[in-house]
Amino acid sequence: MTDALLKLSGVHTHIGEYHILQGVDLAVPRGGLAVLLGRNGAGKTTTLRTIMGLWHASAGKVEFNGRDISKLRTPDIAQAGIAYVPESMAVFSDLTVRENLYLAARSGPMDTARLEWIFSFFPALKKFWNYPAGDLSGGQKQMVAIARAIIEPRELLLIDEPTKGLAPAIIQSLADAIRQLKGQTTVLLVEQNFNFVRQLGDTVAVMDDGRIVHHGSMAELAADRALQERLLGLALDSHQ
Amino acid sequence: MHDSTLPSIPRDYVPMLLVPALMLAMLPLVGSMPTWVTLTVAGLAMGMMIFIMSSGLTLVFGLMDVLNFGHGAFVSVGAFAATIVLVPMQGWMEADSLGMNLGALGLAIAMAMAVTAVLGWVFERVIIMPVYGQHLKQILITMGGMIVVEQLIHVVWGADHKPMPLPTALRGAILLGDAAIEKYRLLAVAVGVLVFIVLTLVLNRTKLGLLIRAGVENGEMVEALGYRIRRLFVAVFAAGSALAGLGGVMWGLYKETLTASMGGEVMVMVFITIIIGGLGSVGGSFIGALLMALTANYAGFLAPKLALVSHIVLMIAILLWRPAGLSRK
Repeated sequence: MTDALLKLSGVHTHIGEYHILQGVDLAVPRGGLAVLLGRNGAGKTTTLRTIMGLWHASAGKVEFNGRDISKLRTPDIAQAGIAYVPESMAVFSDLTVRENLYLAARSGPMDTARLEWIFSFFPALKKFWNYPAGDLSGGQKQMVAIARAIIEPRELLLIDEPTKGLAPAIIQSLADAIRQLKGQTTVLLVEQNFNFVRQLGDTVAVMDDGRIVHHGSMAELAADRALQERLLGLALDSHQ
Repeated sequence: MHDSTLPSIPRDYVPMLLVPALMLAMLPLVGSMPTWVTLTVAGLAMGMMIFIMSSGLTLVFGLMDVLNFGHGAFVSVGAFAATIVLVPMQGWMEADSLGMNLGALGLAIAMAMAVTAVLGWVFERVIIMPVYGQHLKQILITMGGMIVVEQLIHVVWGADHKPMPLPTALRGAILLGDAAIEKYRLLAVAVGVLVFIVLTLVLNRTKLGLLIRAGVENGEMVEALGYRIRRLFVAVFAAGSALAGLGGVMWGLYKETLTASMGGEVMVMVFITIIIGGLGSVGGSFIGALLMALTANYAGFLAPKLALVSHIVLMIAILLWRPAGLSRK
């Protein structure tokens, strides 16, 4: 944890009268794939939205590359090098696949070689290149959402529950794609599906009631059945 | 990028066919070709003017989620601001030269759009910004803003009706067979089509346009991609106000008389247009405005009493078919 690209220290977030994050401490090592696990309502999505500045922390600090970003606006956080794939995917349904990616390429025209690299693990995007994104299936929309986040190199990629509502075959191709991203960029992946992330993650943190209740290596958690059941009993039951 | 085995890209042609279908369906009912031509051109001209006034408001609605009931103020101010140019250039307006007439009109439109763009920017900063996300307050404060602007028009230009005569070359009608078509209505159609083409090109062929369309759908995600949507909001609000100003000039010349309340009076038609078209859709507003104006004209000829409610009947019919407006299935 010495070289953390992203570090949350004592982060509290309130949404209206609700106190959602209650002192989150989390470090995402540079170059790795960190997984944030937890049941529904634990605060995982709020953590990602707080990092992106979509909800501001009421206390604590969010540091990215050693710089405090907790007071920055969302566009400045994105421009600092953080890409976000929300749980809802949030593809622009009236825009074509091409237009969705074109918008995400802030610095200019899309890099053809990078596009071909994306097509290599998301071939459906090439097939439906000029189709309105709103007409795609759920899995294809998730591909658009991830492709939009990686169309240009970003230092950190935040992905929120990419497997939610997807068929098993699509989930496996998503796992292959995320595996390809490892090494290219640092990833913080939020999930409930432990079987999906156990094959991908380097480190893992588990959330409950707005706090981190466990952090360590994924290999350690994957090997310790008792620890899994203690931390993730509900999540495992629902996905095995 | 895609091969021939793929299904065709889905396109929604039905709304686009409504206008020509309505026009053709009315031909046998009207009975006389010259009357039908006159009614149709008049309807198209009125529809284009309503579209110009609506196009900015629909973007403001869609992108900023702002219920701007004060949009009519920009229509009135645009019309009055044009007189800043038209009064001193009265000689050009009365000259027997289409070039000089259009030159004066072009400068007047430029002045009107500049004044209303600046007014829109101030309106957004002072009146709209404190009430983002609060719809009830938006309705109240923008209506209040419109009243204040109308009173300011009285202060600056006086409380009396102000004449706004058509330039010499645009007075009268041309004969197309037995049908008489007012020249100014042809100009209104041309300006409306030009505005539609420019807006369509900007929205579909430029990154700015894509950002606006994306922002209408999900502003938060646009910000998460690294774009400052606040600046986009202000620019769209100012542009929407400028379009209302342009609409005000066209409407003022059509009426040939200006009043401070002229903008507020057309707002019912403007709101019906953007609801019919689907909030945030310029194409939907274009079709909606044409449908509304044509329906009113045909109804006024065929069943004058029905013309009083034709706007509402049309809106109900379309919303029963497509509850989110023409642009959304």
